[in-house]
Amino acid sequence: MKTDTIAAIATAMADSGIGIIRISGEEAIEIADRMFRTRSGRRILREVTSHTINYGYIVDNFGEEKIVVDEVGLNANRVVDEVMVSVMKSPCSYTTEDTVEINCHGGVLMMNRILELAVKNGARIAEPGEFTKRAFLNGRIDLSRAEAVIDIIHSKNQFALESSVSQLKGSVSEAVQKLRQELIYEIAFIESALDDPEHISLEGYGEKLSEKTENIISRLKKLLDSSDNGKMLKEGISTVIVGKPNAGKSSLLNILVGEEKAIVTDIAGTTRDVLEESIRLHGISLNIIDTAGIRYTEDVVEKIGVERARKYASLADLIVFVVDASLPLDESDYDIIRMISGKKVIVLLNKTDLDEVVTESILTDEMNAMDASHIRVIKTSTKENVGIDLLEQAIKDMFFQGEISFNDEVFITNMRHKEAIMNAYESMLQVRSSLENDMPEDFYSIDLMSSYSSLGTIIGEEVGEDLVNEIFSKFCMGK
Amino acid sequence: MFGTNIKEEVDVCVVGAGHAGCEAALACARLGLNTVIFTVSVDSIALMPCNPNIGGSSKGHLVREIDALGGEMGKNIDKTFIQSKMLNVSKGPAVHSLRAQADKAEYSRLMRKVLENQDHLTIKQAEVCELLTEDNHIVGVKTFTGTIYECKAVILCTGTYLKARCLCGESITYTGPNGLQSANHLTDSLKKLGIEMRRFKTGTPARMDKRSLDFSKMEEQFGDERVVPFSFSTDPEDVQIDQASCWLTYTNENTHEIIRGNLDRSPIYAGIIEGTGPRYCPSIEDKVVKFADKERHQVFIEPEGLHTNEMYVAGMSSSLPEDVQLAMYRTVPGMENCKIVRNAYAIEYDCINPRQLFPTLEFKNIRGLFSAGQFNGSSGYEEAAAQGLIAGINAALSIQNKEPFVIDRSEAYVGVLIDDLVTKESFEPYRMMTSRAEYRLILRQDNADLRLREKGYKAGLVSEEVYKSVLDKREMIDKEVYRLKNTSIGASKNIQEFLSLKGSSILKTGTNLSELICRPELSYEILSEIDVNRQLLPADVIEQVEIEIKYEGYISRQMRQVEQFKKMEKKKIPSDLDYNDIKSLRLEARQKLISYKPVSVGQASRISGVSPADISVLLVYLEQFNKNNKC
Repeated sequence: MKTDTIAAIATAMADSGIGIIRISGEEAIEIADRMFRTRSGRRILREVTSHTINYGYIVDNFGEEKIVVDEVGLNANRVVDEVMVSVMKSPCSYTTEDTVEINCHGGVLMMNRILELAVKNGARIAEPGEFTKRAFLNGRIDLSRAEAVIDIIHSKNQFALESSVSQLKGSVSEAVQKLRQELIYEIAFIESALDDPEHISLEGYGEKLSEKTENIISRLKKLLDSSDNGKMLKEGISTVIVGKPNAGKSSLLNILVGEEKAIVTDIAGTTRDVLEESIRLHGISLNIIDTAGIRYTEDVVEKIGVERARKYASLADLIVFVVDASLPLDESDYDIIRMISGKKVIVLLNKTDLDEVVTESILTDEMNAMDASHIRVIKTSTKENVGIDLLEQAIKDMFFQGEISFNDEVFITNMRHKEAIMNAYESMLQVRSSLENDMPEDFYSIDLMSSYSSLGTIIGEEVGEDLVNEIFSKFCMGK
Repeated sequence: MFGTNIKEEVDVCVVGAGHAGCEAALACARLGLNTVIFTVSVDSIALMPCNPNIGGSSKGHLVREIDALGGEMGKNIDKTFIQSKMLNVSKGPAVHSLRAQADKAEYSRLMRKVLENQDHLTIKQAEVCELLTEDNHIVGVKTFTGTIYECKAVILCTGTYLKARCLCGESITYTGPNGLQSANHLTDSLKKLGIEMRRFKTGTPARMDKRSLDFSKMEEQFGDERVVPFSFSTDPEDVQIDQASCWLTYTNENTHEIIRGNLDRSPIYAGIIEGTGPRYCPSIEDKVVKFADKERHQVFIEPEGLHTNEMYVAGMSSSLPEDVQLAMYRTVPGMENCKIVRNAYAIEYDCINPRQLFPTLEFKNIRGLFSAGQFNGSSGYEEAAAQGLIAGINAALSIQNKEPFVIDRSEAYVGVLIDDLVTKESFEPYRMMTSRAEYRLILRQDNADLRLREKGYKAGLVSEEVYKSVLDKREMIDKEVYRLKNTSIGASKNIQEFLSLKGSSILKTGTNLSELICRPELSYEILSEIDVNRQLLPADVIEQVEIEIKYEGYISRQMRQVEQFKKMEKKKIPSDLDYNDIKSLRLEARQKLISYKPVSVGQASRISGVSPADISVLLVYLEQFNKNNKC
C-alpha cells in the first residue's frame, strides 16, 4: 500500500546544540532532495548511497533550482541552516521506509523552520508515535514494543491535551471556535436550503457569503502571518517592563531573574538600553524586556530611547508598568500611559516602603481617562521584595484565563496547528474562487466544510453530527 | 394463535408489502428464489399513507440509484406521476433532485400488478406473529392463523405497523396508518430473540375535500415544462403528460395563536406520546413553538390523485384534536371553509435500533434475518425502498452462498443511508439529506447509472444488454472529453469575435475546447459553432461530458478524499476479533466496538465514542493479528 511521507522533529522541542528532523516514507528522499544543496548548489541526495551522511545547506529554494552558497553567505537569505543529512534507504531504516534525518542547529525556531520546509515540499506532520507505528506495521518491531508505543500514543494525546488545553482555553481556541461557529452556520444555511428548497431560499446569499468569506480569510491570514513572524527567537510571552528612571524596573527584573527561576538565555539587547531575559514562571515562559527609563524630553538621543520603548511596548503581549508611588505622577508617567493604551497591563505601585503618594484610585482614574482599560494594579516594594508573589500570581492567572497567551508563538511551536490553519485558509480561498466564478451554492459548502474540519483538528473536534444538529436548530425545515 | 397443520416451504419470507417489502420481494423473486410476501391487507400494497410524492432533495437520488441497481420504484412512479419537478436547478448538478407528485391509488395498484405478475413471488394476506429459529438461524415464520412457512431467510419490512397507535388529540386508536390493522404480536417474538426495540413516532397532516378549498387565494404551482423520468429505462417521451397543479398558501398569526392556545391538548406537549419524532418533519405545533419568530409557514396543497377530491396539506401535520385542527386549518387563506376528509394524526410504532444490523441489513445475531425500512428506524418511502432492495439482494445472495452486496458511502446515497443507520447513533427517524453525503459531487442523480449499473448487473438484477449500454455510454463520454481536451483553439480573429459575441473574454494565447467549456458563461452547446469536428451525441452523454469538464477541479479534489476514505474501508476487521484482547483500547471504545461489530476500520472510525487514537490501536493490533493468522 502506498503511504504518505511523514516528518517530525525527532529531538526535544527545546533550545539545544543540535536538532534532528526525521522524514520517512516513499518520498522522503525526494522531499529532502528538494530542500538540500551542497555548497556548490548541487542536488545530490537522490544519488548518494544509503547510510551516508552528507554536508550541505537547507535552502528555501522556491522558484530557483540552483543556489550556490559561498563562504561569505551570498544568498544567505535563501539559506536556512548548515546541516548534516543522513540518508537511510528502505528497508534498512527504523521504519523500513526510505528515511532521511536532517541534523541541524538546535533551537525551536530553526527546527520548526526546517520541518515547515519539509511540509511545503510534500511531507505531512507525523502523528504522535507514528514512526514507531510504521516500524511496527512494516514488521520492524514486535507487538510488545508496539504496545509500548500505543501507550505513548495515548499518553501523548493526553499530554497534548493537558498542555494545550490551558493554552487553547485562551485566544487561539477562542478564535478557532468562533471561526468554526461562523462556518457551520453558513454551511447549515446552505445545506438546509438544498434539502428544503421550497422553504428556504438562497437568493442574494452569494453577496452575504462573499463578505463573510473575506472576513474569515483575513482572520485566518492574520493567524498565519503571526506564525510566520520570526520576531521572537524563543517561545514565550513577550513582557515589557516600562517605567520612568528609578521607578524600580531593574530591581524588579533582578528579583524575577535572581530567584533562579531557570534563566534560559541572557541576550544582551542590540542596544545598551534594552535588556532581555527569559524566565520560566509556573511553567509559563516569559521573555522580559527591560527598557531604558522613559522620560519626557526634548533631547534627540533620549527621544530615540522613547521610540524604541514604544516599539517594544507595541509588540508586547503584556506590559508591566512600574510606577514610583512615592512621587506624584508626572509627564513621563502620562507619556507611558498614553503609549500603553489598549494593551494588557499590570501596574506595579512600587516603593510601598515609602509614603504613598499615588494611590490605586488616583492611578486607575488617570488610566481610565487615558482609555487604558484591561489593567491590574498591584502594590509592591522591590526593595523589600513585597508583592512580587502577587505579580507572579497575576501573570499566571492572566495566562490561564486566556487573557494573555504565548504571543504568536503558539503557532510557531505547534506546526500541526499551523498546517491545519493553512488548510483552512486554502479551502477558504477555494470558496472565494467559487464565489468569483459564480458557482452554484452547493460548491461553496464543499470547501466551507473542509475549512471547518481542518480547524476542528486543532481543538480535537470532528464534524460528526454538528451539521445536522445545526440545521435542525437554526432553520425550520418544511414537510 | 391457532394451530393449523399447514406447512409451506419457501426460500424467503418478506413481512410487509410497503415500499421496502415490495423491493425486497421483487429482488429475491427476480434472483430466482421462491418468495412469499405477507401483508395485513392486499389492498395496502405499496401504500403511500403520508405525502403524495416520490423523490425530493436527496430522496430523488435514492430513487435513481434504486433504478440503476434494478429496483422498481423509479419505473412505477414514471407511470403513475401527475406532476414532476427537478428541484434545485439553479444550483450545482450534485443537488439537482427529481420529485414527482404521485397518483397514490395508481401507484399502489400498479405496484401490486407488478408483484402479482412476478414469477416465483406469492402474495399472502396474513399477519406474521412469530419468527422460528434454530441455533440463531432463521428457519421459518408462523402466521396468526398458525400456518408455518419454512424458509431460509426472512426480511422484516413492517413499517409503522408494529404495535401501532394513532393519536389525534385525546382520541387514541390502536391501528396502523389509515386505520389499517396493526401488527401486535411480532414485537414479542423479536424481543424473545434478543432484539433491541425502540419506539418512534411520525405524523401526517389532514386531507381536505378539494371542493371546499378556494384556490383563487393561493399561488398555483406547476410542474416542469420538460419532464425528466426517474428510471433510466423509461423513454423520456413517455413522461411528457398533462400535469396536475399544486397550490401554495401560508399560515398566519391567527393560525399560530390557535395552536399556542391549545398546546395543552396536543398529545406531544401533554406527554402522552412516548416515541421520538423526526426533527426534519416537524408538526405545525413544533414549528410554531420552535420557530416562534417566524410570522408564517408555507403550506402546499397537493392532490392525492387524479380520481379523488382529497388534497394533502403539506407542512401542517399535527396531532391536535379534531376541533383545534379544523379551527387552525380554517385560518389559512383559501381554506376558510375547508372540510376535512381525514384528520391529521400522529402515529407511534415499534422499530429496532439498526446498529444490530450488518451493512448487508442482516441481523448480527440471527443468521438469515434481514430488515428494511421504517422498521430500521428510517423514514420515507425512498429510504425504505432502497433498504428493501439491498436487504432483498443480500438475502438472496446469502441463500446462494455468494459474496455479500455492500455499497459504501463513496458509491451511492444508498451506501450513506445504510452506513449511517448501522453505524451512527440516531434517536429519531432517519431521513436522507444531501448534507449527509460527504462525496455528493460524485454521487449525482444524473450519473447513478454510470455508478451503479455494473453492481446491479453483478447482483443479477440488471440485464446484460442494459449493462453493455452503460459501458458504451461511459466510452462515449471518455472519448468526447478526451477529444475536447485535445482540440486546440487558436486566438484567430473569428474565434475572438465569437467569444466577445458570447460575452466571454478574448484569448491571449491558444487554448482548447475543454478550457472554454469551463468558463461559466460558455457551454458545450454554445461552442458547437466553433467545434467543427463535433459528432452528434445523445443528450445524456453530453450532460456528463459537460459536468465532468466544468467541475473537473472539484470532482478531482473529491476523488482524492474518496481515495483516503477507501483505504480505511478496505481494512477489514475479522468477525472473530475479540476486542477484550486489545488492552490498550479505552473502555468506552471497546464497549462500542463489541456492540457494533464494525466490518472495517473505516466503519469503526465513524462510531461515536471511538477516537482516532483508538483507531491507531486497532490498526496496530490488526496488523499483528493478520500476521499471526498467516503463519
